[in-house]
Amino acid sequence: MRYSPILIAAFALSPLAAEAKTEITWWHAMSGANNEVVEKIAADFNASQEEYEVKPVFKGTYPETLNAGIAAFRAGQAPDIMQVFDVGTGVMMAAQGAVKPVADVLTEAGYTFDKSQYLPGIVGYYSTPDGTMLSFPYNSSSPILYYNKDIFQKAGLDVDNPPKTWAEVWAAARKIKESGAAECGYTSTWLTWIHTENFAAWNNVAWGTNENGLAGTPELQIDSPLYAKHFQEIADLAKEGVFVYGGRTSEAKQNFTSGQCGILTESSGGLGDVIKSGINYGTGQLPYDETAEGAPQNTTPGGASLWVMAGKSDEVYKGVGEFFNYLSQTPVQEYLHQQSGYLPVTFAAYEATKASGFYDKNPGRETPILQMMGKPPTENSKGVRAPNLPQLRDIQNEEYEKMLDGQQTAAEALKNAQERGNAAIKEASGG
Amino acid sequence: MRRTVFPNKLLPWLLLAPQLAVTLIFFYWPALQAFRQSMLKEDAFGLSTKFVGLANFRKVLADPAYLNALKVTVVFSLAVALSAMAIALFLAVQVEKIRCGKGFYRTLMIWPYAVATAIAGMLWLFLFNPGFGTLAAPMRALGFNWNPLLKGDQAMGLVIAAATWKQISYNFLFFVAGLQAIPKSLIEAAAIDGASRRHAFWTIVFPLLAPTTFFLLVVNTVYALFDTFGIIHAVTGGGPGRATETLVYKVYNDGFVNLMMGESAAQSVILMVIVIALTAIQFRFIERRVHYG
Amino acid sequence: MADSPLDPRGGARMLAHFWMIMGVIVIVFPIYYVLIASTHTTQEILRPPLPLTPGSAGLDNYRAAFNGEIRQIGGVSVWVLLMNTTIMALGIAVGKIVISMMSAYAIVFFRFPLRVACFWLIFITLMLPVEVRIMPTYKVMVTLGLIDSYAGLIMPLIASATATLLFRQFFMTIPDELLEAARVDGAGPWRFFRDILWPLSLTNVAAIFVIQFIYGWTQYLWPLLVTNSNDMNTIVIALKKMISFADAQTPWNLVMVTSVLAIAPPILVVVLMQRWFVKGLVETEK
Repeated sequence: MRYSPILIAAFALSPLAAEAKTEITWWHAMSGANNEVVEKIAADFNASQEEYEVKPVFKGTYPETLNAGIAAFRAGQAPDIMQVFDVGTGVMMAAQGAVKPVADVLTEAGYTFDKSQYLPGIVGYYSTPDGTMLSFPYNSSSPILYYNKDIFQKAGLDVDNPPKTWAEVWAAARKIKESGAAECGYTSTWLTWIHTENFAAWNNVAWGTNENGLAGTPELQIDSPLYAKHFQEIADLAKEGVFVYGGRTSEAKQNFTSGQCGILTESSGGLGDVIKSGINYGTGQLPYDETAEGAPQNTTPGGASLWVMAGKSDEVYKGVGEFFNYLSQTPVQEYLHQQSGYLPVTFAAYEATKASGFYDKNPGRETPILQMMGKPPTENSKGVRAPNLPQLRDIQNEEYEKMLDGQQTAAEALKNAQERGNAAIKEASGG
Repeated sequence: MRRTVFPNKLLPWLLLAPQLAVTLIFFYWPALQAFRQSMLKEDAFGLSTKFVGLANFRKVLADPAYLNALKVTVVFSLAVALSAMAIALFLAVQVEKIRCGKGFYRTLMIWPYAVATAIAGMLWLFLFNPGFGTLAAPMRALGFNWNPLLKGDQAMGLVIAAATWKQISYNFLFFVAGLQAIPKSLIEAAAIDGASRRHAFWTIVFPLLAPTTFFLLVVNTVYALFDTFGIIHAVTGGGPGRATETLVYKVYNDGFVNLMMGESAAQSVILMVIVIALTAIQFRFIERRVHYG
Repeated sequence: MADSPLDPRGGARMLAHFWMIMGVIVIVFPIYYVLIASTHTTQEILRPPLPLTPGSAGLDNYRAAFNGEIRQIGGVSVWVLLMNTTIMALGIAVGKIVISMMSAYAIVFFRFPLRVACFWLIFITLMLPVEVRIMPTYKVMVTLGLIDSYAGLIMPLIASATATLLFRQFFMTIPDELLEAARVDGAGPWRFFRDILWPLSLTNVAAIFVIQFIYGWTQYLWPLLVTNSNDMNTIVIALKKMISFADAQTPWNLVMVTSVLAIAPPILVVVLMQRWFVKGLVETEK
């Protein structure tokens, strides 16, 4: 194509060309109000300095964003920063030639990365076994308990003290149903993330070998008595109509916001919708199993982190470093935390939020942080990792659904999920 | 076969060129890529690649989940293609009988086609979710144990209904166009012969609709096999269990979500073979019975 | 208007009305539902089941949507979204009609070497869905430098044999005598097409136009992959950007309004094309 000389001259003389900023593309999957948060953070960063311009691009759901990133990488057009959901962490870690560790990016940009400033439960999940932080935790959440105060009142339950253990939840749920306060006592989003992966951490039982996969390829260990007891209790409640299944991911939240169910376990990130629905709600810690030794231990994060793609110019990496440094500053983290409901990454941001009195007004926002900070994590409670976590969750969901439909017992479901899961892991790790 | 044609030799190639170019670039090239990928074992980012021959095919065909998907696909596709065509033909014939309000009905019938799958998925959730769906409560009140989240056959019924719903508009549109192209004189002649209207429909109108019906048969097969992916994705996500996991959904899930590139590509290749066979059968055997002008 | 081919008596016509009303109720109900939902507040939508009668927040919702709240979420105004989507949908509809009529014309009205081979080459591809070929196609678009362009949005979606098949089916029903007569009159391929074939094809062209316009309008996965700039977003992408079933708050009232905006233009196209259907009707009375 040919441009007219006048055009070229005009372009060369334009002030835009003179101060060309280095553009940093950031592909993300944040929708709803969180998309606005992304746009605002980027805009604020761009306004805060002259050299770099972060350009956020919405690329669909988490799997869609990951695939867009992979396609772009294969075509030689990868973005600079890519947001990848928790279950994709294993895939990204395995792709060593495709990503650049965040720790390196920060150091090269002239910042010292001090691990002690970050919440260990979150950063640990996104680090290698030797402690190098690979990706920047952008949005983290953890499961908590929500309950409907009006329904509790009607059922004659203690409105100010939500159930703390699973046994208490089952009892309260039955009472809700029997008293007719609501047609459903208890529902839960994410049977995999909450009742399997977080169940392991919170009750300090193994999900798999090799520190749940954080230290190497895991073998599943969910076919064990504590899980079997827990899931059989859920299956029994489902049979009685006390527990209502809402779907594989977050759908069950609507069963709660509609006032159909009295108790819900769901990500702390779901608080926004619960508030907006206008129901009279309360929150509590994720329940634990009182027969488990050392429970409650700590919960683990879900959400997503920001990965830096390999093969970019030093200029870009410098900018990414600047941006991540900006992201971890207390006011930005405070904004992110309070606006989106995701957890802060740094202690400083948590302390500042606490000092501002935010948690007195929003107690539900502090619960997940306390859950994650409670105790130093054990080898069962740093989170779970596998090269094919999405697939493992699919398998578990299939087996749980069969169980809830009464086609098999909890023990059978877990046995099948473990066998099929282990075969899939072997396959995926090149066996 | 047509006897009279134009004698030009170069012109047809010029006319075909754009379609051929587009087809080569956007079908054959990707198909070739899929074929190549199906012989490889590769990580998602393409950083390590190993040639494995037919191993991916062997794995796929030995997988019970694949046979299940095949079964689901046959049931689902037949149900969707047949019901979408039958209902649309029925309604198209009804609308032709009407004098006032024809345009009104015709317009309304095409509306669902305007609904993007992204919106349709949301709608079906709000309407049919057993927990909070607007239509779930009345169903329960009627004593029907509505729970497609756990009952496989109900989930299947739901996706068939959703997929049919979206396709009726399309079929309706073409049946109406087809009916209008039938010369009125033919039917009048039949009426003079004293044929009953029902008889006239099956002996005169329906055979004349054959080119349209054949076109729709091909299109509906394609639709049911492939384009319903978005609906299944939005309405059931292949579940419960694997009750609504079709072959295309499996290709998507294995490739796009589970990032098993080689196996997903092998499945695509098998799909292409199935579909090429189906097309060939439809053109060679069914089209012989289609009567053209 | 002329009697329809299936001339019925009064009772049968009543019955036909009955069936059409039933059909229309089932078919249109979900759309009615969105329309109703768009007049409710977020709180009402979040506390299902949603009532089936209009709410009181309709005016507020639409005012908010047009006064920039959609822009706040999507980064671009509603008008840009609608324009992008229109360009894409029009491009696909027109492009498809042009190339498929050309190729169907070549296949039906000419005899040339490899005609049958070309026929199969094209029709075998009836069946390859976007989802299966999306990754390699993306690579082609990067190579051609068509990321973030209308051409990139449009071209891969023009590639489908369905429209070609329809025109082939239709052209085959054109009686031989018609072409013979035209040739005797000395008409070449262009005159035959313009004077005889095109007017006869109008109903089908209208049908294809409607179908393809809507097809283009409702695309999601491809525009998502091939655009990196907010300014190139389509309305369906903007809609997806608003909806979060998981962690974030979703402005459900705006989602419903946007859904209505995403449904309305294609419906408008259908209504406008009605005229063409009638025209086709009159002119095909042979």
